[in-house]
Amino acid sequence: MLKYVIRRILEAIPTLLGVTIISFILIHIVPGNPVRVLLGHHYTAERAAALSRSLGLNKPVWEQYFIWLGHILVGNFGYSYVYNKPVVQMILQALPHTLAIVVVAVLAAHLFAVFLGSVQAYFQDTVFDQVVTVINYFLYSMPSFWLGLLLVIFFAIDIRWFPSGQIINVNDPHPGFLDWLHHLILPVASLFLISVAGWARYMRSSMREALLQDYVRTARMKGAKEFRVVFVHALRNSVLPLVTMLGLSLPGMVAGALFVEEIFNYPGMGLLYWNSITNLDYPIIMAVTVFLGIVTVLGNLLADILYGIIDPRIRYR
Amino acid sequence: MIINPSFMEEMHIEGQTDIRPGFMKRFWRARTTKLGVVLLAALVLFSFVGPLIYRHSATLPHVLNTVSGPTAKFPMGTDSLGHNVLSQLMVGGQSSLEVGFASALVSMIFGTIYGMVAGIAGGWTDTVMMRIVDIILAIPSIFILLFLNAVFKPNLLLMIFVLASTAWLGVSRLVRAEVLSIKNMLYVEAANALGANIWRVMARYMLPNFLGTVVVASTLGIADSILAMAGLSFLGLGLPPPAPNWGGMLADGMNYMFQNAWWLVYPAGLCILLSQVSINLVGDGLRDALETRER
Repeated sequence: MLKYVIRRILEAIPTLLGVTIISFILIHIVPGNPVRVLLGHHYTAERAAALSRSLGLNKPVWEQYFIWLGHILVGNFGYSYVYNKPVVQMILQALPHTLAIVVVAVLAAHLFAVFLGSVQAYFQDTVFDQVVTVINYFLYSMPSFWLGLLLVIFFAIDIRWFPSGQIINVNDPHPGFLDWLHHLILPVASLFLISVAGWARYMRSSMREALLQDYVRTARMKGAKEFRVVFVHALRNSVLPLVTMLGLSLPGMVAGALFVEEIFNYPGMGLLYWNSITNLDYPIIMAVTVFLGIVTVLGNLLADILYGIIDPRIRYR
Repeated sequence: MIINPSFMEEMHIEGQTDIRPGFMKRFWRARTTKLGVVLLAALVLFSFVGPLIYRHSATLPHVLNTVSGPTAKFPMGTDSLGHNVLSQLMVGGQSSLEVGFASALVSMIFGTIYGMVAGIAGGWTDTVMMRIVDIILAIPSIFILLFLNAVFKPNLLLMIFVLASTAWLGVSRLVRAEVLSIKNMLYVEAANALGANIWRVMARYMLPNFLGTVVVASTLGIADSILAMAGLSFLGLGLPPPAPNWGGMLADGMNYMFQNAWWLVYPAGLCILLSQVSINLVGDGLRDALETRER
């Protein structure tokens, strides 16, 4: 097991290096003089000189890449042009907020989708199943930004149950955990609703297949209660494909979080990135892409390992 | 026995006319597919024929009539600059559909070629080519699209290629998987043994086998591209103003949500939702009719 984990981690390293190459290439396909373009409207003679030095622009491109890579390996992502703060510090401030939204939404949506899909499969082709399928179809097709907007209008403006943005109440001198949770609910709900639909669809077909298997008949024959048949015997097998999807769904969820953060003015990675895009703050742009790549690769790694733990048929080669 | 290759050719052509018997029948069988086709047709008519009937400029600002609700003159109200919302919905639909279809087509062609080359080459070439796909997929595509948009400020034509720059990845993965399973089939071996060159094997023996899968994925890709473009416009990028876009209209609506300007929030959002639902329904219908595997 440990050997398997170590091997998977080693396999992730080339992908992570690849992510750094992609963010490096992204900045270098910008047409024109790199220093002038990199600095954009923040161009000054000192900054140009400093940037040329730090990126080593007089050297060949591959050497420039390795210098930059050497810097980021020791955690030096440079300074933001606009805020004049270390980029790492800004990212470490934003990352927990995005992770909070994404992790809570992913876990909640996954659990609910497993439950909903199983119930749908058990009552397959009844009116209940058909109604839920239609609702899911619409939610699945729903743009995250429109859904977020509708939630704000309904829950924050019309009936005023939840705040329309920010992470905490800025007027409250001692914002507590509950206040933070109160601000978290609407952003999480937006992500939850759009992702639960797709997974429930998947779970439904997976569970439908499982319910036809011989071991389900055996369980019923042994006198197991229907609840136990579905949620213990059939669930164990039908939930496996969803665990793989857990890792694969991460990039999509982070992308969804970008819109949600923009709507709710929630200071996570998405909002940080969006602000840097509008300011063309390149050090942050490069750092965010690298960090998101790391999060995605780690997410896939975790899903793979989890899959190995819950499915005894998987051999660690 | 020596089989004359030209004889094989004849047999193949004869069989080809009937390669998917009853495709249209199976496609039309599901009511949901019919609904999808009707909705999509309605959307195309609204966007392309609508402006011919409802002749009002989408980009002419009526400065005395900003953020006004539906009236006889403006059936769906006006936005913050006094643009006619109904005309904007129509013109925004044109660019969304055009860019969506075109970028799905571009990514289908490029993804198919890339996936085929990787699958046929195998070995290290395959490993490196697919690793590149994995790496780009590790960064959420909207982040790459936002950057490319901010830097290149694309027009309609460039926008097609910007959106395709991330959309081809999924297609290439599908095609490569298909090629790997087809590569060692007996009929491919037979074609090779008869001296067919690699292009002929690809075009005549491999492509028809996974064309269905690729068409389904690309159809669903149209919806993804339309959504991505609306998302970019919502974030203030996308096609430069004054070109209207459903996403940009929503962003305008977000600024006026406290004023209860519902005509800026619901019509544009419904148009995006409708485009997604109709294309997904058609794509699912195609998948069932072609009996291809899940995306």
